[in-house]
Amino acid sequence: MSLDISFNLQREDFAMHVELTLPETGVTAIFGPSGSGKTTLLRAIAGLENIFDSKVIFKGQCWQSKSSFVPTHLRPIGYVFQEPSLFPHLSIKQNLEYGLTRVVEKDRRVSLANAVELLDIDHLLRRQPHTLSGGEQQRVAIARALAVSPLLLLMDEPLSSLDNKLKQEILPYLESLHRELTIPVIYVSHATDEVARLADTLVILKAGEILGSGPIQDMLTRLDLPLSHRHDAETLIHGTVITTDPEFGLTSMACGDLVFTVAGNTLASGTNARLRIAAQDVSLTLKKQTGTSIQNIFPATVVELQTENHAQIMVKLQLGDFPLLARLTRKSVEELAIKPGMQVYAQIKSVAVLA
Amino acid sequence: MILSDADLTALYLTLKLALASTIILLALGTPFAWWLARTRWRYKFFIEAMIALPLVLPPTVLGFYLLLLLGANGPLSAIGAAPLAFTFSGLVIGSVIYSMPFVIQPLHDAFQAIGKRPLEVAATLRASPWDRFLTIALPLARPGFITASVLGFAHTIGEFGVVLMIGGNIPGQTQVLSIAIYDHVESLDYASAHWLSGALIILSFIMLVMVYASNRRFRVFKI
Repeated sequence: MSLDISFNLQREDFAMHVELTLPETGVTAIFGPSGSGKTTLLRAIAGLENIFDSKVIFKGQCWQSKSSFVPTHLRPIGYVFQEPSLFPHLSIKQNLEYGLTRVVEKDRRVSLANAVELLDIDHLLRRQPHTLSGGEQQRVAIARALAVSPLLLLMDEPLSSLDNKLKQEILPYLESLHRELTIPVIYVSHATDEVARLADTLVILKAGEILGSGPIQDMLTRLDLPLSHRHDAETLIHGTVITTDPEFGLTSMACGDLVFTVAGNTLASGTNARLRIAAQDVSLTLKKQTGTSIQNIFPATVVELQTENHAQIMVKLQLGDFPLLARLTRKSVEELAIKPGMQVYAQIKSVAVLA
Repeated sequence: MILSDADLTALYLTLKLALASTIILLALGTPFAWWLARTRWRYKFFIEAMIALPLVLPPTVLGFYLLLLLGANGPLSAIGAAPLAFTFSGLVIGSVIYSMPFVIQPLHDAFQAIGKRPLEVAATLRASPWDRFLTIALPLARPGFITASVLGFAHTIGEFGVVLMIGGNIPGQTQVLSIAIYDHVESLDYASAHWLSGALIILSFIMLVMVYASNRRFRVFKI
């Protein structure tokens, strides 16, 4: 495993006890409310926070323990802070080169041109930081972190200081980063939409303790974890585009043995994408309905039920290889006598594709 | 020539003293202000109070103790060092101590205003502590350096009490402008006092104009 960490911290107003092994590839999101210790955890991995009782081992190299400490500038990381934090006395190009020139030639795997192209900031190179919009500044900050060819990229809520419009502007760049680079990323966030789009692995943190960690599909649908009980509870399913139907503007996506029909046909066949299904949009029937407008109807097995409040119950289903959440009224559950183990049909009213 | 040779010598000596003091203060003050701005040592207020002392003490008090320390019967002479009272070197030591707060304070404020973030960013971009200091902290503290230099220089030019106590009034060695002006007034030579004072005003004004023009963000009064 690539990153083993353990932190034990007891401060007057904050305690943290974390033992974690993170995977070698993909994006790991550390998710939790503010004050849960996400940022402290990330800073500690970077060596910016000095925690005595700690251990960080990256690919067999000890970055810190009770007896040793590799200072931040000697760790092969890239770090994107919440605010862009560009150096105000340097031009955009000089900002980008600041880290790059400090990396010895043989360790440079990402060229300046790569980073500039990936974040689409070629036209900004001669400008000064204060003349850029917040979104542009953050793109430069991400490129600057990539330009040091990090073996591990740490991102601390890089979108949280931006308004929603700028967020939507940057997310595609982060997604292309995810697709095109093989650098493992640790991404701190408290926004479910970012996590759903970017993360492969999810670590849920609360008040300095880990509530759960694992593949994002599991974390979103585990009824003992808080994410399955948010009003926007959802299921993620990985799929591949098989055919598109230009006449109706639809796309067919293979997800394991199932084929989903989704609206929109901008993706080429063979593209991998995530499907997002809100628990709100799933209903159950005992027999397969005909004469319905709903396109996606699949047989499913009821796994688990959990009462959320007087009116609503969250039902976890198994749909082929995937878990699926459905939020039903308590009345329907009683009328249909839904119980674990039952065979039902899940009708999925709408599916969103996250490219 | 309207200024006498003695006056020109005093002017030259004053500028030399101000320049030497400012250079020494910047050299000593930079690491010291950096340390003050970054340390979390809980008793640093003692040091801060000590540096601020010359702001409130009458210069004569400071000069008096410096005279005792640097004089022929002082502790420094006792351990074999040449007495520095009534020498140019003695004046430089006095000026450095007297102008210390005017240099340390703006440097300290400038370093503090940078905050931790730019230095943390530089650390994640592979810059070592020295590298961060030279390439991030120093350039970002530039306005503070300009303020510190101007204040240190100007304050040394205007110094009177300390110089009088430890330097006396030896032409060519310790007779600086402020003392020469005082001399002219004492001997009722108001015309010479006018020329010398006027020259000082114009000199100071030109200096400040150049600094303000070269750095629009520069604020001398924000110390």
